[in-house]
Amino acid sequence: MKAVTKGSSRFEPVVFHTINSIFMLFVVAITLYPFLHTLAVSLNDGSDTLAGGIYFWPRDWTMENYRAVFISGTIYHAAFISVSRTVLSTVFGVFLTTMLAYTLAQQQYIFRKKIGMLFILTMYFNAGLIPNYFLIKNLGLLHSFMVYILPSLVGAFNLIIMRTYIRSLPGSLTESAKIDGAGEFRIFWKIVFPLCTPVLATVALFIAVGAWNSWFDTFLYASSDIKLSTLQYEMMKLLGSTMSTNNDPSLLAGNQHNQAQALVTPASIRAAITIVTAVPILFVYPFLQKYFVVGLNLGSVKE
Amino acid sequence: MSDAVLDKQVKKQKPRKSRVDPEIGVSLSWKTLKIQKQLIFMSVPIAIYLIIFNYIPIWGWLMAFQNYRPARSFGQQEWVGLQQFKFLFADETFLMVLRNTVAMSFINLILGTTTAIGLALLLNEIKVKFFKRIVQSISYLPHFLSWVIAAGIVATSLSIDDGIVNIVLMKLHFIKEPIMWLSEGKYFWGIVGASNVWKEVGWGTIIYLAAITSIDPSLYEAASIDGAKRFQKMRYVTLPGIKATFVILLIMNIGHILDAGFELQYLLGNGLTVDWSQTIDIFVLKYGISMGNYSLATAAGIFKTIVSVVLVFIANYIAKRLGEERLI
Repeated sequence: MKAVTKGSSRFEPVVFHTINSIFMLFVVAITLYPFLHTLAVSLNDGSDTLAGGIYFWPRDWTMENYRAVFISGTIYHAAFISVSRTVLSTVFGVFLTTMLAYTLAQQQYIFRKKIGMLFILTMYFNAGLIPNYFLIKNLGLLHSFMVYILPSLVGAFNLIIMRTYIRSLPGSLTESAKIDGAGEFRIFWKIVFPLCTPVLATVALFIAVGAWNSWFDTFLYASSDIKLSTLQYEMMKLLGSTMSTNNDPSLLAGNQHNQAQALVTPASIRAAITIVTAVPILFVYPFLQKYFVVGLNLGSVKE
Repeated sequence: MSDAVLDKQVKKQKPRKSRVDPEIGVSLSWKTLKIQKQLIFMSVPIAIYLIIFNYIPIWGWLMAFQNYRPARSFGQQEWVGLQQFKFLFADETFLMVLRNTVAMSFINLILGTTTAIGLALLLNEIKVKFFKRIVQSISYLPHFLSWVIAAGIVATSLSIDDGIVNIVLMKLHFIKEPIMWLSEGKYFWGIVGASNVWKEVGWGTIIYLAAITSIDPSLYEAASIDGAKRFQKMRYVTLPGIKATFVILLIMNIGHILDAGFELQYLLGNGLTVDWSQTIDIFVLKYGISMGNYSLATAAGIFKTIVSVVLVFIANYIAKRLGEERLI
């Protein structure tokens, strides 16, 4: 009797760890399968895909889908807009967020609490879609590139992360500069900003991913303007067309001339654009992992 | 020179050790404004920017009390009092939309929290560092992809012709023929819940894993000495250890109970599932932007904001009474 209990307690960890590891592999499989499937579809002949049976390996290899994506002027321009808005939002967003966070981290600053509160309230309080739409309209930002940059320059969550981090820096670093008569901006730019690297990486990642992934602002503020279309918005249009199984004439028009050789379907084009849009993120985030894990936890510290 | 004065102030404050109330030492006066002018230049323009983009639009709330026509000037608008709100709460579509929003929010909140805590507990048990890191990295991936990509993946996986979900279920003999998942309203909430778990569960574990790591190891040792098994340690040490984190996240999420998400429902919903898929945000978009009924759409938006703010304050108050950490 005693031996049985002893035996079971010795085997319990083995059984548990085996089941747990298998479960984790299952989680990994469910997470990755859709991407492998999309990759396979993007590398498979469009008409062949329609026959079904593509899982995570292409059957009829072709680069035609990617070629169609890259020769399409619409997609090319959309990629340009996506990259521009991401870069500009990130550069200005990171700079302004850090600068504001620096001032809010100064214990003696008189407007510290007031400005902090203004920002924190925006996490729960929103005027709503229609009033915001009218604001954008009245500011003359409809159908303008600036509508991608201006409304979301500084966010409350990123601000809290930055402020918490700057507060945790030892005060001795800036004190000697103050004694030497350096101004606040100089201290911020020359001393504090370079010290913030880990959390700058986090905030930059959050802003960049947000800008890169958004489609709703295009939809709401610039949908009739093809010159302002982004990759995500083009994909959103394709999603509609694949779900109703209609071909989107505007996108496939560019490929008319090579339809004789290969059929490029909306589904296969969408797979190719998905891969093109996902790849930059796929290559960036694993390297920033240790930073955003820390950053996210800084953000959960209250006030 | 001004910096020297500032310095003196900082020094004066020092013994108070900042936490008490640092503002006592500095009062609002011309002198302080002058000393802090650099800080003001660095922050007040950004605050004004924030006010323009986040607070000025509140002016637009007046539309909800009017019968707003874009062609008329402000003075010419017809004021109708609470009529729009009365119409809203008598409107069957709005009530349905409200039900969908609250239902999907609750499903997301409950599924999202339990799966994130569950996965964090299990990840914490993995002793092979390398394996743990790989699983974590992969589990974050979907979080970084847009809802457009995610919706595409969901639509493909649930497709009737060649969707992996139907294929697997048929191979396992759970179903005899493929189900048209996205064409039937009764599946919609479940699909949204499952998609959210797929996209966010890995991300959700980050904060819980950090909370678990910060639990004092001696508690586990003491529990072991008392003869606690693995699951008892989880139940009596780990779970109480992450309670504070859980409460904070709950308060934050309760404020967003009327944000069931917009993108997924908008992208996956169709004419067949409209009674189950429409949320308040879609209602606002449809009535406001597409149909031009700005007043009604604004009223719906106001309702949503007020409910959020009230809920956050209630949750915050309850947390305070229970002696838990608060948000505001």
